[in-house]
Amino acid sequence: MSTPGFDVRRVRADFPILHQEVRGRPLVYLDSAATGQKPQAVIDALTRFYTHDNANVHRGVHILSERATQAYEDARESVRRFINARDAKEIVFMRGTTEAINLVASTYGRKHVGPGDEVLISAMEHHSNIVPWQMVCDAVGAKLRVIPVDDRGELRMDAVDALLTERTRILAVTHVSNALGTVNPVRELVRRAHAKNIPVLLDGAQAVTHLPVDVQDLGCDFYAFSGHKLFGPTGIGVLYGRLDVLEAMPPYQGGGDMILSVTMEKTVYNRVPHRFEAGTPDMAGAVGLAAAIHYLESVGMAAIAAHDQALLTYATQALSAVPGLSLVGTASEKTGVLSFTLADVHPHDVGTILDREGVCIRTGHHCAQPLMKRFGVAATARASLAFYNTPEDVDALVRGLHKVREVFQ
Amino acid sequence: MSSDLQDLYQEVVLEHSKRPRNFRAVPDANRQAEGYNPLCGDQLSVTVHMEGDVIRDIGFQGQGCAISRASASLMTGAVKDRTLAEAVALFEQVHALVTEGPSAVDVESLGKLAVLSGVSEFPARVKCASLAWHTLRAALEGRSTSVSTE
Ligand SMILES: Cc1ncc(COP(=O)(O)O)c(C=O)c1O
Repeated sequence: MSTPGFDVRRVRADFPILHQEVRGRPLVYLDSAATGQKPQAVIDALTRFYTHDNANVHRGVHILSERATQAYEDARESVRRFINARDAKEIVFMRGTTEAINLVASTYGRKHVGPGDEVLISAMEHHSNIVPWQMVCDAVGAKLRVIPVDDRGELRMDAVDALLTERTRILAVTHVSNALGTVNPVRELVRRAHAKNIPVLLDGAQAVTHLPVDVQDLGCDFYAFSGHKLFGPTGIGVLYGRLDVLEAMPPYQGGGDMILSVTMEKTVYNRVPHRFEAGTPDMAGAVGLAAAIHYLESVGMAAIAAHDQALLTYATQALSAVPGLSLVGTASEKTGVLSFTLADVHPHDVGTILDREGVCIRTGHHCAQPLMKRFGVAATARASLAFYNTPEDVDALVRGLHKVREVFQ
Repeated sequence: MSSDLQDLYQEVVLEHSKRPRNFRAVPDANRQAEGYNPLCGDQLSVTVHMEGDVIRDIGFQGQGCAISRASASLMTGAVKDRTLAEAVALFEQVHALVTEGPSAVDVESLGKLAVLSGVSEFPARVKCASLAWHTLRAALEGRSTSVSTE
């Protein structure tokens, strides 16, 4: 297996954490959908920021504040370029996907969703794209409606038009499913929703790590993702919002940086994106995220996507050959996520035995309990691939699964 | 297989997980509780028939991993015909066994439950082993709300 223009060994050399033994075996990390590992470039960027440039942003007249502000705003520009937003003002730094969706739910949602209205999500959402909308719906007396998922783990596109009603105030769906790997036809969803003047939020947490993303091409109104999954630091994430939409939105949290002037009688809010970034932001996080983005750009998202597809094909074949294994999520368009059950062995037991082989996977409901219910399981085991994974990693997983079968024969 | 895996998945544990004892709802139960492990979505219910202070009958139902099923199955055998106070004391012994290991308890006195000692090498699995016991305690104390390992 090889992908033109992509050298996985060179990539692996950039990720120090991968080169260790755990439990007496070489580490095999197959849990990148939970969080990505960090290239040396990201680790160095954090060190550099704290060693040379740290100061509070947008506040000081001194040289360090100037540098920190520059680095923070440069990071915003890097994110803009990465997802091809029109304007850096459309990039709001958040703690992560969860906070980004909560922001939209509690500002845009609270303003536009009223009694009897509807919010449309899908049956394959992460809890972070379910609960914030439930909270809005409960608070105002609106209804949460759900696009169903078929047996392969694809959205039932035939059900969508009837679910986009004149009461639908927003459509919020995931670009790529964290539990199944399904790549949803989000461009088509945006087209259909916009035809009825319904705005669309896309949860891109699992998409940006595997695919080139162009928000202008997708046409969505909001796009949310987390830095830590994108091989950047924890504590930083992004909300993209179309400028006209963001500008019409009320603020989220109140505090410093989000204001232009404050008197005890009245506060004038700052312009976007600062209106949504109350308090001292995660400056180092933004700098680290930018470093991750530069790294990904140097490798090339197209090459990363191609490697992901080749490895997914290899892994799907290898896992399908394991007796008793059944894949949960077999959509025609997927990223490198392999959710599975193994005969009647509970996923936790699978995870524990693999761990003893040095193979890290995730087991459980993957913060998608409604989806697990849809497939009639309480939990699955999930191996998730990143661009630093190799066919040898998949082979180690398969060997581990044979161990599991031995124990539970 | 590594030796700590062998300690975890002992023959008795595997056997109980495949063919759990008392895997049923007690028909004339007068105590019952639900247990839930939010980490993995595992759920089980424990039903008990008490006569005065004594556990006359006990059953469990639900789904879970090998460790939680085996622990529940072994528990039902161990507490039958014991008093409430004895059951609670046993719970504390088992808890010490799975968190701190065999040196922390009088293993002899635990009988078959001693096979759970391997859990102490797997901190991530302590909650699996103790779910049934937390649920039993809630049932005995007459707490009707479901218990959670978190
Ligand atoms: C699809 C999806 N949405 C949202 C999230 C939440 O991301 P975070 O926990 O970084 O806010 C995750 C990550 O677990 C995810 O996979």
